[in-house]
Amino acid sequence: MKYLTLVICLICLVACADGKKEDSNAEVQILENPTAQSDLEKGTETAGNGVLNSSAVPLYNFEQLEERYLKNNNDTTYVVNFWATWCKPCVEEMPAFETVNSSYKDEKLKVILVSLDFPEKLKSLVIPFIDRKKIRSKVVLLDDPDANSWIPKTSDQWSGAIPATVVVKNGKAAFHEGTMTLEQLEKQIKTIL
Amino acid sequence: MKLKKLITLEIAALLVVVLGFSAFTSSNNFSTIPAGYGIGDVAANINLMNVNGKMVSYSDYPNAKGFIVIFTCNTCPYAVASEDRIIALDKEFKSKGYPVIAINPNNPEVQPDDTFELMQQKAKEKGFTFPYLYDESKSVYKEYGATKTPHVYLLQKEGGKNVVKYIGAIDDNVRNGAAVKDRFLANAVNELLQGKEVSVKETKAIGCSVKV
Repeated sequence: MKYLTLVICLICLVACADGKKEDSNAEVQILENPTAQSDLEKGTETAGNGVLNSSAVPLYNFEQLEERYLKNNNDTTYVVNFWATWCKPCVEEMPAFETVNSSYKDEKLKVILVSLDFPEKLKSLVIPFIDRKKIRSKVVLLDDPDANSWIPKTSDQWSGAIPATVVVKNGKAAFHEGTMTLEQLEKQIKTIL
Repeated sequence: MKLKKLITLEIAALLVVVLGFSAFTSSNNFSTIPAGYGIGDVAANINLMNVNGKMVSYSDYPNAKGFIVIFTCNTCPYAVASEDRIIALDKEFKSKGYPVIAINPNNPEVQPDDTFELMQQKAKEKGFTFPYLYDESKSVYKEYGATKTPHVYLLQKEGGKNVVKYIGAIDDNVRNGAAVKDRFLANAVNELLQGKEVSVKETKAIGCSVKV
């Protein structure tokens, strides 16, 4: 009996937490996310060395992105999310990626946030965004204008709208276009892990 | 008895929570790609409000050979980067029978920069030479299958019907018009004008997801 009550409470909690993520006020979401917050407080090691990674946002063309992540056969699972600072739904789902990045540390899993901001906005938009949101996942900027060639290479299911996420490991891939909740993202990851 | 009642109550509560939760998750699944039109499909006529307050439909253009339909919006950086090119396309092809029809599919309640008033302002500031229509019912973008802005559909009139001939990007460099190497859309219109089949029928471009 008590157990059942507990389960119901838990489900309620999960449902509420989930609802919160849907809040359109993206500004407060990373702080509202319990995992992300506790990591911030700990001064975390999720970015590798506890240093915010905004100082190192490499510019890659698609070939380099493929080489490093999308076609890398090194047993690491890469959660590659295409986003941009001005893309509201992308910003809204980012806490879920941050949570995954910090909670799957032991599983050889890395979150790569691929910014599609224009390269000339790196210093004025992307880096301030990373600092402000205290983003700890790896951020790279894809500087490759010929999207018609690399969108289908990323996934034949991708229309080109962002956000879009592909989870890859040793040639296996799972793709999703559109925003995701943490639950949806974890489900997608589990199909590949 | 009391216990039984409590259990029933809890099960009912559980059901409500689960149902509520599943309703929530399914409402979140809007991201699945809508089917929309493919090459060769007949596009339905439209009847949408232009920024000048008048309704516009394809039948208002009896002399057109077809239409360059572009789903776009006010502030998406890709849409903004494409504005001058869209104006140039209208200039280049309206006189040849393929006018541009721009449609904003975004819901201003989700994307406050896309109100009808701000559309009017944009059209005025940029000097749009083509209709900039508001997809108020959100039915047109869905029927076409537009997922992002900008997203182009090239239609050709055939026996009174508007047949989809090309879907995708304006060109191969949405960020920088000056660095374009391949003008996908213009090439397709030129091929139609020459009575040829469009050689590159579909392309992909990054765009801002349609906000509804």
